[in-house]
Amino acid sequence: MKILLIDDSRTMRNIQKNVLQQIGIQEVTEAVDGEDGMKQYLSSQPTLILCDWNMPNVDGITFVQRLRAAGHKTPVIMVTTEAEKAKVVEAIKAGVNGYVVKPFTPDLLKTRIDEVMSKAA
Amino acid sequence: MDPAFVEAFKFAISNFFSTMLSTEVEIADPSVSSSFESVFDVSGIIGLSGDVQGSVVVSFPTSTAEAVVTKFAGMPMSQDDDDFTDAIGEVTNMIAGGAKSNFPDTSVSISCPSVVVGHGHKVFRRHDLPVIEFACTCDCGAFAVQVTLKKETAEGSGNPTAQAA
Repeated sequence: MKILLIDDSRTMRNIQKNVLQQIGIQEVTEAVDGEDGMKQYLSSQPTLILCDWNMPNVDGITFVQRLRAAGHKTPVIMVTTEAEKAKVVEAIKAGVNGYVVKPFTPDLLKTRIDEVMSKAA
Repeated sequence: MDPAFVEAFKFAISNFFSTMLSTEVEIADPSVSSSFESVFDVSGIIGLSGDVQGSVVVSFPTSTAEAVVTKFAGMPMSQDDDDFTDAIGEVTNMIAGGAKSNFPDTSVSISCPSVVVGHGHKVFRRHDLPVIEFACTCDCGAFAVQVTLKKETAEGSGNPTAQAA
């Protein structure tokens, strides 16, 4: 499985990469915002995207909207502090497939990846 | 401060430390402090906008900050590391974001975090609002979360400015 990890915080990318390594995922491409994420998406063609919401330049929800508008169906899990119901609904309407609220445990992230990839299979 | 906001911050602080650091935090009852009182050595700052305006400052002595980010990142990290301020910013983001998600019946946005490093620095906030301080202690050391909030869409951004003393 190839993962695209979009988060403006290198610390958060490293934390998530550690979790991914624990479940045997080594192939991870990183991006620092939604604009960089789109470039990395087109060059790496990942099977799953983990995406933060609040980022400078192009934020996560805009990235997802642009991704879906371009016809790309790659599953996206939003990993964010935005936990309000209205935000979750907004994300789902934009085309997000899974949702993880920060702070999260490694087990929660692993479970959500399993759920999303099972549905995508 | 609205008691619901107090509980939202207490929950967010405890939830961050227990979930990401497997650490329990002792949080004292909130107190009111001066709007420009000196904080600790390292401060993460986030502005709130929308139905609630203001700022959240999470401030640490250097030793506590280094212990917190070391546990958070899962690797030794000192103030001299490139990722130190990034990690402090993310700690602040999770506390402020976690709290605002539990504000009742409000729509609030948070800014990207800023981090100020320097002994004796001061954070200047809106002088017309009290600064509510949550004094916290955990096995990494003591730290403080200072909150300035106004529940309305009034004039002013509520964003603080920081100044090294």
